[in-house]
Amino acid sequence: MIAIKNISKSFGDTQVLKNITFDFFPGKVNIIIGQSGSGKSVLSKCMVGLLEPTAGQVLYGGVDFYSLNNRERMNIRKEIGFLFQYSALFDSLTVEENVMFPLRMFTDWSLEQMKDRVNFCLKRVNMENKNHLYPAELSGGMKKRVGIARAISMNPKYLFCDEPNSGLDPQTSILIDNLIEEITHEFNITTVVITHDMNSVIEIGQNIMFIYKGENWWQGGKEDIIKTNNKEINDFVYASKFMQTLKDKLAGN
Amino acid sequence: MQSFFYEIGKFWLFIRLVFRKPEKAKVYYQRFLDECVAIGINSLGIVSIMSLFIGAVITLQTAYNIDSPWIPLYTVGFTARQSIILEFSPTIISLILAGIVGSKISSEIGTMRISEQLDALDIMGVNSAAFMVLPKIFGAIFMFPFIIIISMFLGLMGGFIFGVITGAVSEYEYVYGIQYWFNPYSVQYALTKTVAFAFIITTISSYFGYYVSGGSVEVGKASTKGVVVSSILILLANYQLTQWLLL
Repeated sequence: MIAIKNISKSFGDTQVLKNITFDFFPGKVNIIIGQSGSGKSVLSKCMVGLLEPTAGQVLYGGVDFYSLNNRERMNIRKEIGFLFQYSALFDSLTVEENVMFPLRMFTDWSLEQMKDRVNFCLKRVNMENKNHLYPAELSGGMKKRVGIARAISMNPKYLFCDEPNSGLDPQTSILIDNLIEEITHEFNITTVVITHDMNSVIEIGQNIMFIYKGENWWQGGKEDIIKTNNKEINDFVYASKFMQTLKDKLAGN
Repeated sequence: MQSFFYEIGKFWLFIRLVFRKPEKAKVYYQRFLDECVAIGINSLGIVSIMSLFIGAVITLQTAYNIDSPWIPLYTVGFTARQSIILEFSPTIISLILAGIVGSKISSEIGTMRISEQLDALDIMGVNSAAFMVLPKIFGAIFMFPFIIIISMFLGLMGGFIFGVITGAVSEYEYVYGIQYWFNPYSVQYALTKTVAFAFIITTISSYFGYYVSGGSVEVGKASTKGVVVSSILILLANYQLTQWLLL
């Protein structure tokens, strides 16, 4: 489980995050949503140690990440898988080498063992037999899937997905969403998805936090988010005419 | 002035980060070998061509400017040797390498920064600064002296071939000239400078690439900055090292 307590982050005089407290549960898809510029990416960076919060705690299994020394932080980071918005695959490495990278760095496995694990992960994301392709030869959706394979190669306890659907068509988005959900349940991972894609929220969101102007404005499940009367949430969720019409129809029914 | 000291402080913190203990020596060793090829072997072509022709030009110009019967013609070989070993190969070739290798390093690391590949390394628990930069530093420190020795040899060969073909100097006079009053310490001096220049080129270019923020335009700017700053530092270090090592 990951718990954040009173996280604040300022850049100079600008306070981006204000006293955010939230719990992310294992085996659940925990979602952070919010408008662009609301601070969700900054929060995710604070959670994985890419940005140090101005105040507050990030607890991994009860251990405060920021009270640890560098070596201890590295050990926690080895338990984190991260899917980046643009996949962040290493350009100069093949698909196989990308997925194998964490294994080469942090295990003493033989090449055979590593290849077995890589093939397992690639099969899990439906990317088998693509081992020798380079990232430049892959489509956006394929890159995301390789990114997920790399993220789960070390059997992580925690999986962060930053905008996993950005730049993908609706069908591929659903595939990626389902894959994230399946992996979360299958390996009992604490998954944190950062998104502003409402389809993802409705599809896989189990524990949702809505960030508004740097604050934890609302939290709940996917059923709650549809029914809530919170104005800011409604403005966000039903921003499109389509969603508004859908809401009106549902209300009519 | 404040930003100058800020950059210096940030640079030394970066160096401290780079020289942290590697996570896995075996992987770093493999990266070191890759960098030896990328930085060293891949620069050999242009360095060889330049050395051959600059050696030829130094020889021809020296011969052309010696028109006194009191100055022996072996002076041509002697002057070519001194110019090539003391300055051309270690300093000018290093300046060229600052352009070739330095811009490659800055743009490679800068692109990795803006495409979040460095963040990916950090999140995995890999020290991205050490992983990317340490093998480059050692690769350059290991390979540059070989490149410079090859450059010295080819420079002297270029002088010999073109000097003899054009009749500017005879085979015997040139060979006698390049052996005349030879002090092996001059090679040691040149290679010591080369190691210092290798360190400057790799660390400065990596530093500018590592802290890029923005997009491709910023990567280009970082690459240019890396080349300019490392070239200036090479010239300053050249002066300082010459004072320390020769005087």
